Amino acid sequence: MPGMAAILRLAALALLLAFLLTPQSFAPLFAPLTQYGAPPIYDQGNLLTLALAHLGTVCCAAAASTLVAVGLGILVTRPSGAQFLPLSRTLVNIGQTFPPVAVLAVTVPLVGFGEKPTLIALFAYGLLPIFENTIVGLQTCPAAVLEAASGMGMSARQRLLSVELPLALPLILEGIRLSLVINVGTATIGSTVAAKGLGEVIIAGLLSNNNAFILQGGLVTGLMAILLYDALAGLERRICRTAHLD
Amino acid sequence: MALTVPRLRRLDPLGALLAVAGATAVMFLPFVIFKSNRVVPGDPRGLLEVLPAWAAFACQASLLLAATAALGVSNARVRLGAALLGVTVVALAVAAAGDALTPAGNKVVRVAPGAGVWVLLVCLGLLATDAITRMRPGPGRRVLFLAVFTAAAGLALAHGTFDHLSVMREYAVNADRFAREARQHLWLALGSLAAAVVVALPIGILCHRVPRLRAGVLGTLNVIQTIPSIALFGILMAPLGALAGAVPLAAALGIRGIGAAPAAVALFLYSLLPIAANTVAGLKRVPRAAVEAARGMGMTNWQVLTGVELLLALPVILTGIRIVLVQNIGMVTVAALIGGGGLGTFVFQGIGQTAIDLVLLGAIPIVALAFSAAVVLDALVEVMDRARQ
Repeated sequence: MPGMAAILRLAALALLLAFLLTPQSFAPLFAPLTQYGAPPIYDQGNLLTLALAHLGTVCCAAAASTLVAVGLGILVTRPSGAQFLPLSRTLVNIGQTFPPVAVLAVTVPLVGFGEKPTLIALFAYGLLPIFENTIVGLQTCPAAVLEAASGMGMSARQRLLSVELPLALPLILEGIRLSLVINVGTATIGSTVAAKGLGEVIIAGLLSNNNAFILQGGLVTGLMAILLYDALAGLERRICRTAHLD
Repeated sequence: MALTVPRLRRLDPLGALLAVAGATAVMFLPFVIFKSNRVVPGDPRGLLEVLPAWAAFACQASLLLAATAALGVSNARVRLGAALLGVTVVALAVAAAGDALTPAGNKVVRVAPGAGVWVLLVCLGLLATDAITRMRPGPGRRVLFLAVFTAAAGLALAHGTFDHLSVMREYAVNADRFAREARQHLWLALGSLAAAVVVALPIGILCHRVPRLRAGVLGTLNVIQTIPSIALFGILMAPLGALAGAVPLAAALGIRGIGAAPAAVALFLYSLLPIAANTVAGLKRVPRAAVEAARGMGMTNWQVLTGVELLLALPVILTGIRIVLVQNIGMVTVAALIGGGGLGTFVFQGIGQTAIDLVLLGAIPIVALAFSAAVVLDALVEVMDRARQ
């Protein structure tokens, strides 16, 4: 089974790269989907550039939300910030009921069209899973371990950096993975507000009634999301394994 | 009932934060935005400019009261009361500003809440949320809070309190379509959920009974979840369009490449994983002793499954249903992009016309629906979980 999964993964990656680098070689495959001689391959921009812009937006937003969410998570699990913990928990729960599209839509009028509303919406929406997992990770550190750390004479800061955070790392990484994968999808909607990304391809297809464009945009985004999910899950396993070996 | 006298204590850090933010909003941010018509840029107006002196004063006094409660009172009920007073006063003040700035019979002028109002509402909302969290209300009380709040908001809307605000102006223009799209939204969200329950429950039971299937089936469903919604909607348009072209019956049933059909199918596919996975998790949690006792009593396999296992797994299955419902209500929004209708129609139209009021007309009900669904189903899960123990 693991061999099979690895082959599938490599095949998906190869397919994605081949399509992004030489889209025209796939033209015969998509041609049956078009009507009245419409172009079978997206021709209003470079697919590779769009994919990279898409990934860039998602990663920028994810980096910002990771910094803020982990910081806040650490803050509310310290004794000085404990007062904010119940409220932040509730807020995370409420926040998760907000559809990402609504967040995006409400941001547009505030900051205008383009990359900015997408970045803000992705940032805000990406905060939640990371924040929640950071809190759970930090709170479920076994009390015995924490006491042992204090007993060894570690300061609160040392304990946080070399005991609590490493123990919480798997969960934090899982949060980052969830938020990245959600954001790859949400970023496509960003194209409705003129952000550069793969959504452009899908929307061009919807507007010109060209199924080939829709399928291309959808497949590339979907493949990217799946590969990203997979790669991060692998990275997580690897980090956890090294952490346990040490 | 003894009346607890609110005691002053050292400053509450959250209260201090909220009070400072709220005060800044009142002093420096526009209270309402006035536009002489829908297209021109807005003109900010302060609280004192739009309301008569006494009303502005009363409004500020109430907000000061709320701030005081936030800063120095620890009793959660008092804090909640203060927050709700603040929300009511701000809402009424905005409505009054709308009435005051709109000349009689004028349907062109637009008055929208300004940044100050939004910041104030967020601060008061946080204060109320914090108070409710501290009160640790049970499931019944939470639903009651929701019902009271919904009723109050519904009454105000029905009474026409906010009719002069720009969002309600957009509503007045789109009233018929709004009702239709709202129905479509609910129909898509609930219909795909119902179909998913019918299919995913047996899948979950099967995966529980046959562990060999579990990894493969749940893994496949997981892959579907990672496909972005807009992409899945788009991808499904092609096969459904082809189906409609090839099978006249499908076309007669309303299945087309564009419209509600691909949206419903996509939502259905997304809904499978949480329900199937939670069914497996719930069944796993059923104590073996309970199953064996039931068998010992001479129950048939079917009776054990429906009468014992599924019943005991119900809270976890319901949690899956809650996840799906909230997720669906949000995702239906995107269906508007492929002509599937729903409240997202207003959101995307609003984005297209840079008309924030139209965006809000779609977005506010979506968020309210998702939030209410979460509160009600969470309460239901909690009640069931208690009954189970």
